[in-house]
Amino acid sequence: MNIIINGKSQALTTAQNLSDIVSTFCKQSRHVISELNGAIIPPEQWSQTLLQDGDVLELVTFVGGG
Amino acid sequence: MTDTPLVIAGKSFTSRFFLGTGKFKNKKDLSDSIAAGGSQIVTVALRRIDLDHHEENILEHIPPHVTLLTNTSARTAQEAVRIARLARASGCGDWVKIEVINDSKYLLPDNQETIKATEILAAEGFVVLPYISPDLYAARALVKAGAATVMPLGSFIGSNQGIKTKEFIQVLINEIELPIVVDAGIGAPSDAAQAMEMGADAVLVNTAVATAQNPVVLARAFALAVEAGRLAYLSGLPLERFIANASSPLTGFLYDDIPTN
Repeated sequence: MNIIINGKSQALTTAQNLSDIVSTFCKQSRHVISELNGAIIPPEQWSQTLLQDGDVLELVTFVGGG
Repeated sequence: MTDTPLVIAGKSFTSRFFLGTGKFKNKKDLSDSIAAGGSQIVTVALRRIDLDHHEENILEHIPPHVTLLTNTSARTAQEAVRIARLARASGCGDWVKIEVINDSKYLLPDNQETIKATEILAAEGFVVLPYISPDLYAARALVKAGAATVMPLGSFIGSNQGIKTKEFIQVLINEIELPIVVDAGIGAPSDAAQAMEMGADAVLVNTAVATAQNPVVLARAFALAVEAGRLAYLSGLPLERFIANASSPLTGFLYDDIPTN
């Protein structure tokens, strides 16, 4: 199945939960904020959130800003 | 003379110098500048994680006692609301700087959209610090919308032009009860001092410090200027006059000998 992460299509071979996705795709683990199909998913729900084909996931974090 | 602390949404601050964290050459300069300037409120932004490259986590370079203020940096009120909610979901607090810009040349804030976003977010319990073009009616609408401060721009973002909107900011200082934080365009410590002498409650500086050859030294200079300007304001700085007024006595013995025709 394919999901869109930060605007790019990614192929997943097995069903995965959000916690696995974050540890696979993010090179940092702290202060990651996730939005799945427009809804914010708090970290405590990541391991129970299974990704579905066509899901749109945004992973954001803090950067410098004025 | 002792100053009263700056109070925003019930939280007290002794520093009136807010620092932005964009454009720093490296993270050490950033953390050293925060320390040298004594800033207690620091802005950050949110961005998509780069999945291909490792990026340093900026929050690890900001001391934990500092209040984080997330800049929404959005094009519409709706986007600003979305970014504010994402920021809160990080668990790093609910203080947001509402910045809504949809002009790429002048980067001027859209006051109408800013008011809309402020209304929504204040109702959701966020501490909202909106960034606006200095306008009395917009500022009044923000007070009504539940803003915690009003942050008028001094001049174009990143321009280092100083306080070009002086008279309009003065109107806000005189008429708006909320803290007034002068944001954008402050290029030198003298600009910061000027804003504080006018009676602004604080200033927010980013580009000038971040792009200086020695940001750490400039951060310290800004902190001193903010303090000097604040003290001058508290002293009851005399008003500007448009005719001369002698500082030394012009009558007395020296003039007694001057022959009069």
